[in-house]
Amino acid sequence: MSPALAAAFELLPDYLGWHVLLSVSALLLGLLISLPLAIAASRSPRLRWPVLALASLIQTVPSLALLALFYPLLLAVSALSTAWTGHGFSALGFLPSLLALTLYSVLPILRNTVTGITGLDPAVLQAADGVGMTPRQRLLQVELPLAAPMIMAGVRTAAVWTIGAATLSTPVGQTSLGNYIFAGLQTENWVSVLFGCAAAAIVAMVADQLLGLVETGARMRRRGLVIGGLAGLLVGAGAAMAPLAGLGGPATYVVGAKNFSEQYILAELMAGRLEQGGATVSRKEDLGSAVAYRALAAGELDVYVDYSGTLWTAVLGRTDNPGRQAVLSGLTTELKRRDGVLVLGSLGFENAYAFAMRADRARELGIASLEDLARQAPRLTLGTDIEFLSRPEWTSVETAYKLRFKASRSFQPTFMYRALQGGEADVISAFSSDGRIAADRLVVLADPQAAIPPYDAVILISAKRAGDRRLLDALRPLVGAIPVEAMRAANYSVDRDAGKATPAQAAQALEAAMAAEATK
Amino acid sequence: MKGPLILLERATKRYGPHTVLEAVGLKVDAGEFVALVGGSGSGKTTLLKMINGLIQPDEGRIEVAGEDVASAKPYALRRRIGYVFQEVGLFPHLSVAENIGITPRLLGWDKARAAARVDTLLDLVALPREVAARAPAALSGGQRQRVGVARALAAEPTLMLMDEPFGALDPLTRDALGSDYRALHDRLQLTTVMVTHDMAEAVLLADRIVVLGQGRILADGPPAALLRDSSDPQVRALLEAPKRQAARLNERLGA
Repeated sequence: MSPALAAAFELLPDYLGWHVLLSVSALLLGLLISLPLAIAASRSPRLRWPVLALASLIQTVPSLALLALFYPLLLAVSALSTAWTGHGFSALGFLPSLLALTLYSVLPILRNTVTGITGLDPAVLQAADGVGMTPRQRLLQVELPLAAPMIMAGVRTAAVWTIGAATLSTPVGQTSLGNYIFAGLQTENWVSVLFGCAAAAIVAMVADQLLGLVETGARMRRRGLVIGGLAGLLVGAGAAMAPLAGLGGPATYVVGAKNFSEQYILAELMAGRLEQGGATVSRKEDLGSAVAYRALAAGELDVYVDYSGTLWTAVLGRTDNPGRQAVLSGLTTELKRRDGVLVLGSLGFENAYAFAMRADRARELGIASLEDLARQAPRLTLGTDIEFLSRPEWTSVETAYKLRFKASRSFQPTFMYRALQGGEADVISAFSSDGRIAADRLVVLADPQAAIPPYDAVILISAKRAGDRRLLDALRPLVGAIPVEAMRAANYSVDRDAGKATPAQAAQALEAAMAAEATK
Repeated sequence: MKGPLILLERATKRYGPHTVLEAVGLKVDAGEFVALVGGSGSGKTTLLKMINGLIQPDEGRIEVAGEDVASAKPYALRRRIGYVFQEVGLFPHLSVAENIGITPRLLGWDKARAAARVDTLLDLVALPREVAARAPAALSGGQRQRVGVARALAAEPTLMLMDEPFGALDPLTRDALGSDYRALHDRLQLTTVMVTHDMAEAVLLADRIVVLGQGRILADGPPAALLRDSSDPQVRALLEAPKRQAARLNERLGA
């Protein structure tokens, strides 16, 4: 077995367990909501239309957006709950995923149940009344048994949708089979991506077949098939979730990471140090940029790495650029005051937004700085990552240099570099610590007006862990210990096409390089 | 029994601006076999369904065995009244035996008594005992309606309401089932109210015919008396139809 495949299998019990737990919970909750709703809707034509329309409307919201929307909503509810009762809850991870997937599973069950009940032979219903059934007896002994095959078909559809959409809970911090896909997409580990897709597809197919058995049993009135299908589901779900029970209590520390290679490596680096000290660590990876800081401030993450410029503009809302040191010290005092967040220190390198071009193209057009770029921009296409154009840094650069491009296109970071190589973009919003800048021989354009703020990588620690000696002692040696060359090399080892390292391996290599540096 | 088994007083039913029944009064005594006849839209089915509470009157009062239908629990009332209708409405997910035994089960009879009752009823409606385990879908139309009659009789009601019970059957089956039922009516001392649009059937089976038209009772009496006394042209036309039909049949068949 290839090492990449072996690494994927090693993660399977944890990912699969969470994926199944999430899907099963969402489906059961969906049933609990949609069945009574469907029964009420099938009784009242006036209720039927709005209920079905609302469920259809929810279905049209892209699943990823639905998942993402629940995070701020729950955060607000949690804050309210803390204010009133003194108890909050985690707005990240399981809960938002569960709620969004539950909403998703409602429509197929709802629609099929309503169709199943309203489509019953009126003569049979008249007979049910005629023999003296109460409305409840009619529902339980006649309507539901006769509509059961139709309802089960809806449950099947819901199960397949839910299991597929559960992969999207990774970006809101819930471990699922989506971790393979999101992390793999980011590090161009196609084995991981395919593994995740295949695993989710297999789970969906198995669930579909077993539910199909129940459906057939219900239609042909064969109790054996129904019981067999249900038993298969129970055993399968139980086996998949069993490893979760072995995980023991909740992790001592929660380490966060945003959705790119450097973040995975740094999370592994910090987690490795904590684990070496005997602590248990859980990782919440692939977090959106805005989600990560809010999660830390809310105490749902204990530690993660962010960048000074991002915090300065996006969190503090500043548009000025007083210089590298001033930004760092400003952040240290402001974040402490606002959220009790501790800025432990800078790792020693910057990961700034940097405009990069292919060397041959830059030479051909005579571009070396953003001022040069501004003159040529109307004829050029800008490639960016997905969030760059909506970030304040872009506004600041755009205003400072009056940049007007012919067109702009957004990519996943990985594909952004590909687009630059392929000529689909002339200039991209790269990251200065990215290994691909050196590897692809890109030219980074100078910023003479200092419009782009500094981006020192800093370790942030949540308020509740700010006094945790074990944590601080384990991570403090990292401050100032990672030069940009080392980070670039680590990033490139994960991003390159051939001989890829996993983020954990890259973190180990980085650790080794630091040890070698220290003994020199 | 004192007083009539069924009593309707000024029973009125409207659907929007359309009046289906207009202040209808009717008494049916225990043991009677009454046929409700009339064209479509005459209100005969509405009248029948008011007796077991499947349709509530807008005005007026209905009593069954001295009890006001409006204040009775509808399901308790229906468990005491047999109800048979054209589409039969057997429960497709239950066997023949379970279909027949449904009302005894709802009433909480013990299993042995209910099972014995199913056997008795299969004999009564002249069905072989083997059909007990079959699904309704495996029966012929006539067999299905025999099961329908057995189901209606299961909880030993004294009153049977029948809504065009044999209307969908072929003529031979229909004739056989009709006379079989009439025999049951006499043997079990039932009271039967049957809706039919077939005058011949009404004349052959019923002791008393109630003719409805435009939501009112146009005529009410034994078949022979109605034909003799009624002056209403609509009633005469209805009652003479089977006679004319019989005469033509004799003529053409040369009997």
